[in-house]
Amino acid sequence: MSVPEENKDSSTVEAPVAKKKGVPEGVGKLIPVYVMGKRYEVPETLTIMKAMEYAGFKFIRGCGCRGGICGACATVYRRAGDYRLRVGLACQTVVEPNMYLTQIPFYPANRASCDFSQLTSSPEEIFKLYPELFRCIACNLCTKACPMDVEVMDYIAALKQGNIARAATLSFNCIQCGLCASRCMGELPQYHIAQLARRIYGSKIAPQAEHLVEVAAAGSSGKYDAYLEALMKMSEEELRRLYQEREMEPEIAPEDWVPNNKEYL
Amino acid sequence: MSYYPGCTLKTKALNFEASAIAAMAALGVNLVELPRWNCCGTVYSMAEDDLAHHIAPVRNLVRVSEQGSGKVVTLCSFCYNTLKRADLLMRNSPEKRDAINAFMDEEIDYQGDVEVVHLLEVLRDDLGWEEIAREVKVPLEGLKVVPYYGCTLTRPQEAAIDSVENPTVLQELLRVLGVTVLDFPLATECCGSFEIVSRPDSVTERAYAILGMALRKGAEAIVVSCPLCAHNLGQQQPKIAEKYGNFPGIPIIYFTQLLALAVGISPELCRFDLNFGEVEALLEKKGLLPQCERSGVGE
Repeated sequence: MSVPEENKDSSTVEAPVAKKKGVPEGVGKLIPVYVMGKRYEVPETLTIMKAMEYAGFKFIRGCGCRGGICGACATVYRRAGDYRLRVGLACQTVVEPNMYLTQIPFYPANRASCDFSQLTSSPEEIFKLYPELFRCIACNLCTKACPMDVEVMDYIAALKQGNIARAATLSFNCIQCGLCASRCMGELPQYHIAQLARRIYGSKIAPQAEHLVEVAAAGSSGKYDAYLEALMKMSEEELRRLYQEREMEPEIAPEDWVPNNKEYL
Repeated sequence: MSYYPGCTLKTKALNFEASAIAAMAALGVNLVELPRWNCCGTVYSMAEDDLAHHIAPVRNLVRVSEQGSGKVVTLCSFCYNTLKRADLLMRNSPEKRDAINAFMDEEIDYQGDVEVVHLLEVLRDDLGWEEIAREVKVPLEGLKVVPYYGCTLTRPQEAAIDSVENPTVLQELLRVLGVTVLDFPLATECCGSFEIVSRPDSVTERAYAILGMALRKGAEAIVVSCPLCAHNLGQQQPKIAEKYGNFPGIPIIYFTQLLALAVGISPELCRFDLNFGEVEALLEKKGLLPQCERSGVGE
């Protein structure tokens, strides 16, 4: 009986520079990865996303920000010889030899619609919109599937306890990739529930920041209209210069730091 | 003492929790809520091969272990029952214990080393009636109640905190507090429990039988330890009145609220406003609400 391909020792292969057209110099070794079951040899230093592009995939959707923020490139992978499914963002996770992977750019989980302005800050609102919340059996597969290390099960538990503030805090790093829902045996749309919790917390529970209200009012009253109009009329070159010369707060600055140009404050 | 509240005590039964914490503090026991916990599982799964539904309660027992505590106290009798029986399963079924521990590979293994107790056991076994009697500042004299255990405190036998057939712990506590406890043949009858979801009419019938008996016995209130019993016995009363007419109604009180009141906790902290029935009016009629303290709070 032959050893299945995936269970053979992981090994790297020298980049077949002569054979493969377009391999850049200095990419290091090529390693085998399996994208949706098909073997490709890719430079070992690349992220999953770059490796897939190297292999010929073109991202029209499921690419997103490429900066680990947006959650569009959620990827499920497995290492050869291991039953465990692992997760990562394709733009952040570096390929490994004999990695089996696929991207899940979107998950069709239920997202309840509501008239947000009519909601109160009561947890009952969430219970009514997402009664499936109570199907959670605390298996914790959601937390294990989170590429952002969010304590998903714990924020679901907090909501069952009526603690919207805690759920909002615990889910703060959620990037809405949906991998939690993909693994849930109770079929909860955790990430959508958490988003509703954060919205309710932000607009109906957390104290309002007074300075934000002031700035928003100033904006509405037209204080910045002239600045914006001036920007709209600038040439690309002028905009570029303005951007490059902008004054930034230093990495280490005293608390009372203010910019030299206070025109926009 | 490690304390597991359960979801209902944080939403529908705030009066149960608030009164218990205040009363226990007055008795010198600090109930320290677990910093991290999840739903108890609500109902202990009876299916032999259904291990998935034991994960939630066992995970909570792991949380207790993580605190370095060997004992956890619950207030909700449903949580008590589920946690207790999950613990017994982990103690008595090595094969299932290993399977559950293996599934929860992100947690420390649970070896069955946490004692799950109900608050009534703490009062009876750790403090004792004599010590509680010494702390009673407002004897609740003249108040006539029936004790109601429901199912989950005393069934099944291996999880019972008292005699299955004839439990007495609730009566004993109430007598220490000065309450007049009436004999109640339906003290361990089922209130209909979670049938309220699928067969609410059957719960109306159960509640009518239990409440009717309590009224016939001359009770002025029913004392409970379970938020689901409190819900069923309370919320069915308007339906009973509508269906049968001539039903005067009867307030539902958590035992911790009477305990708190008796040891001198302000009635505001007991949150009688969240109870079903006119509890404050009843206590006032009996002269059991300290007027001066009440007006003093919040000023």
